[in-house]
Amino acid sequence: MAKDFQSSKPIYIQIADHLSSQIVRGEMRAGEKLPSVREMAIQSGVNPNTIQRTYSEMERMGIVETRRGQGTFVTENEQVLKDLKSRLQTDIIHSFVQNMKDLGYSQEEMITGLEQYLRREQE
Amino acid sequence: MTVQLSNVTKRYGRDFSLKNVSLSFEKGKIYGLLGPNGSGKSTTLKMIAGLVYPSSGKVEVDTEEVSRQTCKKVAYLTELDMFYPSFTVGKMIDFYASQFEDFNSKKAGQLLLDMKLDRNKKIKQLSKGNRGRLKLVLALSRESPVLLLDEPFSGLDPMVRDSIVKSLLSYINFEEQTVIIATHEIDEIEPLLDEAIVIFHGDIIGQKNVETLREEEGLSVLEWLKSAMAERERIENE
Repeated sequence: MAKDFQSSKPIYIQIADHLSSQIVRGEMRAGEKLPSVREMAIQSGVNPNTIQRTYSEMERMGIVETRRGQGTFVTENEQVLKDLKSRLQTDIIHSFVQNMKDLGYSQEEMITGLEQYLRREQE
Repeated sequence: MTVQLSNVTKRYGRDFSLKNVSLSFEKGKIYGLLGPNGSGKSTTLKMIAGLVYPSSGKVEVDTEEVSRQTCKKVAYLTELDMFYPSFTVGKMIDFYASQFEDFNSKKAGQLLLDMKLDRNKKIKQLSKGNRGRLKLVLALSRESPVLLLDEPFSGLDPMVRDSIVKSLLSYINFEEQTVIIATHEIDEIEPLLDEAIVIFHGDIIGQKNVETLREEEGLSVLEWLKSAMAERERIENE
């Protein structure tokens, strides 16, 4: 993941987004321990202060918990994980709709287009 | 431990290398000193290392004005090759250990393994990439409060650059060290930096926290540097 950062967004948020989608996809499970700040910094080629900020931000959102002396863990709170998943869904839909609007499609055309696409994919 | 430059000017004959520069560097942060070739980056680092003295103004490391003794507190990776070609890698390590009290030979051994450098090889047999790695091994093995890196990536291929970034992250002591990296290769190091300082024609034209820059202005360091330099050139041409 190193070096593929967008310029318009803080790096700590991009890493938090990346970790969140790993959690939602099940690549990281509820209760699993995250790499230490230093390990994560080395893995991603990023300043440890930035990683610390990522972890604090995720902790503030309730996605991870820091246990004193043990490290940082993915929350086991199912409601939080459900909310996270639906938030990511909203984000994806938002950018889809925005892109379609930019191309000049109406709401009805977006829905028809999506339905057609899904039907074709099923076949 | 802080590094402080106060109203520092450096002239070489009639040319200015630095014009009335004031900067301060705090412990626990990584600073990028960025700018095109010839902007004054190396001069700044050499002054902090006590290798070059200011024409006017003051340079202090840990509240003491710099002198030749400053090298005890400052590890400096030069952009030049400074090895004895007939030395082996091991002998070079021993030489450094004999010169600097804070040299940690155990750390050096670990770094050599990480970098896959052979102790018994002669310096003159090393590739350019491996000489670049060895320079970093020597700089990172010192437990000095200040670490200065002058163009650590220059002329090295992407694999070597990657291993350099990883060893920086693995071996810098973030609680104790102040790290200043001078480079014009900004993409490589942007995610490593806390603060970016742009220097242009011997003048500091900006200093920003890297994440704040993205958050508030939506700019990467490279984009910011380009716009800051363009703005400066526009003013100079008016």
